[in-house]
Amino acid sequence: MDDKLIIKGIEFQSRLWVGTGKYKDFEETKKAIEASGSDVVTVAVRRVNIIDRKSENLLDYVDPKKYKILPNTAGCYTVEDALRYARLAREAGISDLIKLEVIGDEKTLFPDTWGLLKATEILVKEGFIVLPYTNDDPIMAKRLEDAGAAAVMPLGAPIGSGLGIRNPYNIKIILEMANVPVIVDAGVGTASDATVAMELGCDAVLINTGIAGAKNPIAMAAAMKHAVIAGRLSYKAGRIPKKLYATASSPFEGML
Amino acid sequence: MRLTVNGEPFETRDAGTIAELLRKLGIGPGSVAVEVNLSIVKKADHSTFRLNDGDKIEIVNFVGGG
Repeated sequence: MDDKLIIKGIEFQSRLWVGTGKYKDFEETKKAIEASGSDVVTVAVRRVNIIDRKSENLLDYVDPKKYKILPNTAGCYTVEDALRYARLAREAGISDLIKLEVIGDEKTLFPDTWGLLKATEILVKEGFIVLPYTNDDPIMAKRLEDAGAAAVMPLGAPIGSGLGIRNPYNIKIILEMANVPVIVDAGVGTASDATVAMELGCDAVLINTGIAGAKNPIAMAAAMKHAVIAGRLSYKAGRIPKKLYATASSPFEGML
Repeated sequence: MRLTVNGEPFETRDAGTIAELLRKLGIGPGSVAVEVNLSIVKKADHSTFRLNDGDKIEIVNFVGGG
C-alpha cells in the first residue's frame, strides 16, 4: 500500500517522527531511532562547546544522509529569537525545513501563537518550509496554513507531559479544516496515545520524551513504531460505528 | 585582539578569518553555523571573512532536541 507522507515534495517513509533530546548518550539515541523506524529526527541549535572539543557530535551518530534532519527553535520566547535560530539552523544544515517554536510560558511551554504566526509569515517569505508547533486550536491552525505553513503541528498535551491527546475533538476539527498535513507534536506518553492520534486521521506523530524518557527507550521506540502503523491502518480501514447495545457476531440460523 | 566567542572572552594575536578561527578551535566546518555581531556569515565566506577586535562570534551546531 503506497501511503507516503509528502510535504512540499519531500517524501517521508515514516509517519513516526522522533526527537533526539533527553537520551542517556548518543549510542542510545542512535539505537532508539533505529528501533523507531523513523526517517526524520528533530534537533536543536546550540552553541558549540569550545572549551571541551573532545565532546562528540550528534550527527556522528545520526547520519544526515540516512535521516531527514528537522531543526527546531526550541527555547525561543520571542519572534526575533525564533528567526535567529531558524536562520542559523538553515546555515548549519542542509535543508529549508524548520520546526518552528515560539514559546509563551516556561511552566506549560505552550506556544505563543501570536508570535508563532508572525514568525511563520516571515520565514515562509524567506523560503523556509515551516512546520509550526501550535496549540490544539483549529482557528490558529488555519491561520498558520494561510500564512504558508507546510504542515501544522498541534500539541496533544504539554511538551514532556505524557498526558496523551487531551482534546481529540479539537484535533479532529483541525484535521477537517486543514489542507496541509497535521502532525501531533508533544504529549504522547505511551503507544496507545500515538495510536489515538493516528486513528483520528493525523498524518504523523512526533515523539521525543515519550520514547527517551521511558524505562527502556529502545523498546518504547519499537512500541511507538507499531502504534503509529496500527493507528494509520485502522484509520484507513475505517472503524465500526460505536453503538450502545450489542449485535451478535454468531448467526441465529442453525441454533438448536 | 580580543574577541567574544560563544559568550567567552577569547584573546588572540591575530584571529584572521573565520576559517582560521574554526581551525584554531578545532572545529570542523561541517555542520556549524557562524554568526558575527548578529549577522550570519555563510560557509562559502568563512575563508575570506576577516575578524576584527571586539567582534562577537557565535558558533552553533545541532544537539539533541525535540
